[in-house]
Amino acid sequence: MLDLSLFIPRAVMQGMPLLYGSTGETISQKAGNLNLGIPGVMYVGAISGVIGAFLYERSVGGAVGMNPALTILIPMASCLFGALVMGLLYCFLTVTLRANQNVTGLAMTTFGIGFGNFFGGSLIKLTGADVPSITLSATSNTFRTQLPFANTTGVIGKVLFSYGFLAYLGIIISLIAAHVLSRTRTGLHLRAVGENPGTADAAGINTTKYKYLSTCIGCMIAGIGGLYYVMDYMNGVWSNDAFGDRGWLAIALVIFTIWKPDIGILASILFGGLYILYLFVPTGTNLAVKELYKMLPYVVTIVVLIITSMRNKRENQPPASLGLSYFREER
Amino acid sequence: MPERVPAVQMRGITKIFGSVRANYRVNLDIYKGEILAILGENGSGKTTLMNMLSGIYFPDEGKIFIDGKEVTISSPREAFDYGIGMIHQHFKLVDVMTATENIVLGLHEEGKLDLVKAAGKIRDICKAYGFEVDPDKKIYEMSVSEKQTVEIVKVLYRGADILILDEPTAVLTPQETDKLFAVLRTMREDGKAIVIITHKMHEVEDLSDRVAILRRGEYVGDLMTKDTNAQEMTDMMVGRAVSLNIDRPDPVDPKPRIEVSGLTVRDQDGILKLDNVGFTASSGEILGIAGISGSGQKELLEAIAGLQPTESGSVMFIDDDGNKKELLGKDPLEIAALGVTLSFVPEDRLGMGLVGNMDLSGNMMLRSYRRGKSAFTDRLFPKNLAKQVVEELEVLTPGIETPVRRLSGGNVQKVLVGREIASAPSVLLTAYAVRGLDINSSYTIYDLLNQQKKRGVAVVYVGEDLDVLLELCDKIVVLCGGKVSGILDGRTADKNEVGLLMTRVGGGEKE
Repeated sequence: MLDLSLFIPRAVMQGMPLLYGSTGETISQKAGNLNLGIPGVMYVGAISGVIGAFLYERSVGGAVGMNPALTILIPMASCLFGALVMGLLYCFLTVTLRANQNVTGLAMTTFGIGFGNFFGGSLIKLTGADVPSITLSATSNTFRTQLPFANTTGVIGKVLFSYGFLAYLGIIISLIAAHVLSRTRTGLHLRAVGENPGTADAAGINTTKYKYLSTCIGCMIAGIGGLYYVMDYMNGVWSNDAFGDRGWLAIALVIFTIWKPDIGILASILFGGLYILYLFVPTGTNLAVKELYKMLPYVVTIVVLIITSMRNKRENQPPASLGLSYFREER
Repeated sequence: MPERVPAVQMRGITKIFGSVRANYRVNLDIYKGEILAILGENGSGKTTLMNMLSGIYFPDEGKIFIDGKEVTISSPREAFDYGIGMIHQHFKLVDVMTATENIVLGLHEEGKLDLVKAAGKIRDICKAYGFEVDPDKKIYEMSVSEKQTVEIVKVLYRGADILILDEPTAVLTPQETDKLFAVLRTMREDGKAIVIITHKMHEVEDLSDRVAILRRGEYVGDLMTKDTNAQEMTDMMVGRAVSLNIDRPDPVDPKPRIEVSGLTVRDQDGILKLDNVGFTASSGEILGIAGISGSGQKELLEAIAGLQPTESGSVMFIDDDGNKKELLGKDPLEIAALGVTLSFVPEDRLGMGLVGNMDLSGNMMLRSYRRGKSAFTDRLFPKNLAKQVVEELEVLTPGIETPVRRLSGGNVQKVLVGREIASAPSVLLTAYAVRGLDINSSYTIYDLLNQQKKRGVAVVYVGEDLDVLLELCDKIVVLCGGKVSGILDGRTADKNEVGLLMTRVGGGEKE
């Protein structure tokens, strides 16, 4: 029998990187940028954070001398910086130079993973450890600081309060993103740019600015997802390629949530749950059955795609000019 | 007459796209309280000129003065600030948003986004000018004329007092056009400057006070509308004397060629598109099909051409000896295998008719790629055909290696029609063959259709300009909501009769 008080926290923690990734990707897609570089961006965000934390931990010589505020701020800042550079690169290529978005995105994913593994490998060499991984437990412990009453409120505490601050931040960011997109002038303009940049341009909206801003902010949010994975989910352990296909799952989640970040909160937890379901149901010794369970998030995405396509409601379709570059004087 | 101060003065405006001179040293004045029509052939630079005023393009040379002061307009936002609003030919609206959201788009009003307040303001504007717009309706649920109204309200909401309309009537029914013109006249009385781009002569005469004429990007001159006539304006526009009469030779020995009966078509969502349609098209005749756009014209032609699944009915091809062949349920290849040469000039030229990125000879090959004996196709034939079409139809192109996407609308259409008639068809289907074409290109197309008619081809002409339909066609089938509303003789029918049949089946006052 599934133990929910164990399963739900694991699902939430598994879902958080997906939530960050999909919120970031949604913001980018709403402005018409199909950023397939998100898996790479999350990788770069993670390794940048790891580098920052690694250098800080080394410079103060261990857990004793570490300032809690700096322990959080340094990895966060380096993570955001790494992701921002990736976002700027993507925008420069696709918006300014009007390169093909799919090709650019795929190239950035390949690049991001390679970048992560290269620097990850270098850091592992620096530590001279026997195992192919780096462990930043001091930083991770700070990141995973729980609310004081998490352990005293029983099951409720476990399910609701047992997470590091980044989990709550992810939910807050998603709620803010949902509000901005659907209720504010900025959101209206952003959606117009993604639907029909020609119209937005003729209405006096700076399409280039909106595409740059949304994609860069989106990349930074996705980057935090990578950082969460290392510092919180993995308890500060970086090993190459461990992040796996979570970036792609985040992009699938964007479609699953029909471009709504608030739906993303529950959907990411659902995806997280499906992702680890095979650990919680008895599957016997047959490994193939496990693999079938691992398919579940993708199967669900395909089903949702079929349903939304069949219902053909215009509001649930992707932004109309998704993946297309815009040039005002094109004839 | 007292000296009037122009609201806008454009001086020496030049704009060059690659090797094309879209505008060359154009001077233009726009006055308040006046409706100015800008007339010119396709590619004469009317839209380009106005796009520079509305901030979409930036002039390479020249100056713009507003109320006597020199200004630089480098973006649409700056154009708004000067009170200039443009209604583009292809509507600039976001389909999934409501009318209100589209109207406030791009504005930076004080305070938070308040759609309820904005909707109230929109209702006030509608009341003042007599528009009918539901502020909460989504754009994709709207008809073309509703979308246009939203565009006009959008411009007024921004407080524009210089309005530019780019071919606003291209998609409207005669009734909707009258309504639009009434609104424009009200706005003129209100002291606004109105510029309308068009190439429909009777609209210029009907509506404008003054007309400015462009030819190949250069300014030819302006005329007071009341002192001129269609012939003079056309001659100025084309640069030589043009005959404005459409030929209608009498059909020679017409025999039934295509017999459509009981044709019923439903679209994917099960909505009835054609309902029990029946008529006969004869050889040596031009059969016109009239109707508000979306009344089933597209489905009808595609059903005959074998591109549209049908529910019931029959389409019989009758050859010269009276043998009947059923075309329904066959695809274009099977129809061709029957020995029926059927040519189709679709509405969507670059979507269904031609491949935009391929050059002229490549596009000719789309019809002839099965020629040639070996595994290789015959490349010489399409090349020669392309040369022949360019020569005979006077297609303006740098060469037959140019992608058709780069040609202007009229030339694209000539390439398409040229290819279709090269196969010596016995049936020629055309959908909106002159849509978006200027008067000169249109007449070339009419001539081509008449030549085919004289060859004994059964020509089906789906059109939107009733004047042309009445002058060109021998027989007119009027469609209304997918039903045949009436079949008239082109020589005796009058415009009002057709207009009524278009809006109501049978033409009665009530359903």
